[in-house]
Amino acid sequence: MLRGVDDVSTGSDSDYSNSWISWFLSSKGNEYFCEVEEDYILDRFNLTGLNTEVSNYSQALDLITDNLDDEIQDELRGTLDVQARLLYGLIHARWIVTARGLSKMIEKYKRVDFGRCPRVLCQSQPLLPVGLSDVPYEKSVKLYCGRCEDVYSPKSSRHGSIDGAYFGTSFPHLLFLVYPNLIPPKVGPVDAAAALRNGGVVAGAGAEAEGARRTRRVREDSEVEGSGSGVGEASTASVALKAERYRPRIYGFQLHETAKLQRWQEATRDRQVARLEAIEDLN
Amino acid sequence: MSRPPPDVEEEQLELEEEEAVSGTGEGDEIMEEAEEGYTSSTPTSTLTWISWFCSLPGHEYFCEVAEDFIEDDFNLTGLNSMVPFWKEAMEMVLDVEPDEDSSKIPDVSIVEASAELLYGLVHQRFILTRAGLQAMVDKYENGIFGTCPRVYCEGCCVVPCGRSDLPGLETVKLFCPNCNDIYTPPSSRFQGVDGAFFGTTFPHLFFQSYRELAPAPFKRSGVSPGSSLSPGRSPQSGSSSSRQSPFVNPNPHGGQKQPASQVYVPRIYGFKVNERSKNGPRMQWLRMRPDGPVELDMVDWRGRWLDDEEYEEEEVEEEEDDRPMEDFDPVVDDEEEEEEEGEEEDGMESRQPSRAPIYPDDALRGKVKAVRQLV
Ligand SMILES: [Zn+2]
Ligand SMILES: [Zn+2]
Repeated sequence: MLRGVDDVSTGSDSDYSNSWISWFLSSKGNEYFCEVEEDYILDRFNLTGLNTEVSNYSQALDLITDNLDDEIQDELRGTLDVQARLLYGLIHARWIVTARGLSKMIEKYKRVDFGRCPRVLCQSQPLLPVGLSDVPYEKSVKLYCGRCEDVYSPKSSRHGSIDGAYFGTSFPHLLFLVYPNLIPPKVGPVDAAAALRNGGVVAGAGAEAEGARRTRRVREDSEVEGSGSGVGEASTASVALKAERYRPRIYGFQLHETAKLQRWQEATRDRQVARLEAIEDLN
Repeated sequence: MSRPPPDVEEEQLELEEEEAVSGTGEGDEIMEEAEEGYTSSTPTSTLTWISWFCSLPGHEYFCEVAEDFIEDDFNLTGLNSMVPFWKEAMEMVLDVEPDEDSSKIPDVSIVEASAELLYGLVHQRFILTRAGLQAMVDKYENGIFGTCPRVYCEGCCVVPCGRSDLPGLETVKLFCPNCNDIYTPPSSRFQGVDGAFFGTTFPHLFFQSYRELAPAPFKRSGVSPGSSLSPGRSPQSGSSSSRQSPFVNPNPHGGQKQPASQVYVPRIYGFKVNERSKNGPRMQWLRMRPDGPVELDMVDWRGRWLDDEEYEEEEVEEEEDDRPMEDFDPVVDDEEEEEEEGEEEDGMESRQPSRAPIYPDDALRGKVKAVRQLV
C-alpha cells in the first residue's frame, strides 16, 4: 500500500506502469476492479456529484491521475490515499456500466477473475461482482451467479472487505440486459457453453500485449457486440424448468416437510412459466 | 441397516430415526471410556490413529468414531468386501500391533489408504447413530463446518454431506438447511475428502434429530394473523408482530427455527428487473418460502395449486403493479426498506428507484431507454 514518493511524481502518460491506477489494480485484494480509462476520468461530466462524496476531492483526483503536487503530498499522504480509493471506487461503479466498461468487465468475467459459483448444481459457473447498495460504506461486495440468479459472499476475506458500492447494484443485470447471449444456460457444463462463445475474447486477450490500446478497444467492442446477435434471441420464458435442484433424502426417501416446500416452490415456478408463456403468446 | 419401506412419510421416518439412534447403546459414555482404555501402538506418541487422522489438514469435518463402534462386527456388515487388506487396515485404525504373518504386505502406504477408506466408511455409519450425531452437533455448534456462502442465508451453519454413499465418486459437499442446497467447501484442502465418508443421509437425519436447528419451510409462525389469506401480499404489520412472538411450527416433526427468508431481487438503476425481460428473474422460486403453514398447504401432493381462483385474482393485481416505472416517484433508499423487501413473497412487483438514475455514458442512453420499456 505504501508507495514510494518518486513513483507518484514521475507518473505520467508515458510512464503508465507506475501510475496510481496500475498500482491500485495490482494491489492484493483489488482483483475485481478493472481499469477505468483516463479519458473517462478526465471528463468532469462523468464525475458529476462525486465532489460531495469525497473529501479533498481535487487532490484525490490529482492523485488518481498522477498529477498531485509533490509538496502537498507528504502532509496529506495517509488520508489522501483513503479518499483516492473511495473516489476511484465510485468512478469505477459508473464506468463499468458504460459500454466500454462493460466490455472490460466481460474480459475479466471470461477469465473467471471473480471466481465460480459455490452451488454444486451450478457446475462452476463464473460469477460477477455486485453491490447490495450504491451508497459507500454500507455493504461489502457480493458475487452474482447468472445461473442460479443468487448472490454469494466472496470466499476470501480480502475480497469480503471491498465496498460493494464500487461495483453497484445494477452492473451484472445491465450486463445481461445488453448482452443477452451471455446469460448462462440453466443446465449443462459451463466450459462447453463458454467455449462456443469464447472466440472473440481469446483474440482480445492475445492483443493485450501489443500497444495501440484505443484501436483494440474498438475492435473488442464490435466483437462482443457481434456475438450478441446470435443465440440471444431464444426465449427464456421456460428456462427455469430445466434447472436442477438438490433433493434431501434419508435412506433414499424424501423428507416430508422439505418435499412439501419444494413442491410449493416448483408450483410457484410453474405459475411464473405459465404467466410468461401467456405473455409471449400475446406478442 | 434396515431401510424404511417405500412411501414413508413422517411417522415411518421417526421409527427409522429411533432405530438408528439406538444402534450403539449408551452413546457418549462409550467414547470417553474407549479413550481412557486406549494404549498407543506407536511408542513415540500417545495420539491414537483416529485422533491423528481427524487432526490432519482437510479432515476437520470428521468426528472421532468410538472404538467400540468399530469393534462391533454388526456395524461393519458389508464393508470388508469394499476395503482391501481389511485385517491390516483394522489393526492400523485400532492401533493394534500387527501379527507376524501380516508383515508380507509390500508397502505400508497401501494399508494406510485402506485404513482411510475403512475409517471413512465406518464414519458414514457412525454419524447416523446417537453418539455420532452428538459428536457432529458439537462440531456444528462450534462452527467447524462453516456457514452457507449464500448471502441471504445470513450465515446459517452448514453440515458436510456426500452426493453418493459409494466411495470414489465425489468429494465432500456442504448442505445448508436454510436454502436446502449443497455447496462446494470454500477451501481446496477439502478436495481430497470423499463425500461418501459423510454420506447422503447424514445432513437430513441430523436436522430431523435437532429440529431446533432446522429452519421451518415458511417465513412466519402459524399463529400470525393475515399470513394465510393473501399469498404474495404480506402486510407490513405482520412482519413486526411476528418478530415479537416466538416462532412456532405447528408441525412438531418439522424445522422449528425461523428461517432467513429474504430472496435476492435484481435491479437496474434501482428498478426491479421485470420478469418479462429476457434477463428477468427466473430462479427466485428456488429460494422462496410461503408466508405461513396455511399457504404451504395450498399446493397438493401432485404439486398443483388447490385454489386456482385466488391465483387468477392475484394475477390481476400483479398486472396492475406492472406499470411502467415512470409512474413512480423516486424515494430515499434506506436500510429498513431493504429489509422489508425481502419479506415480500412475490419479487415481481415494480419498485421505486432507490436512487436517482445515473447513466453518464451517451452510448448507453439507448440501452437505458430499452430498460425503461422492459421494466
Ligand atoms: Zn449459481
Ligand atoms: Zn443456504
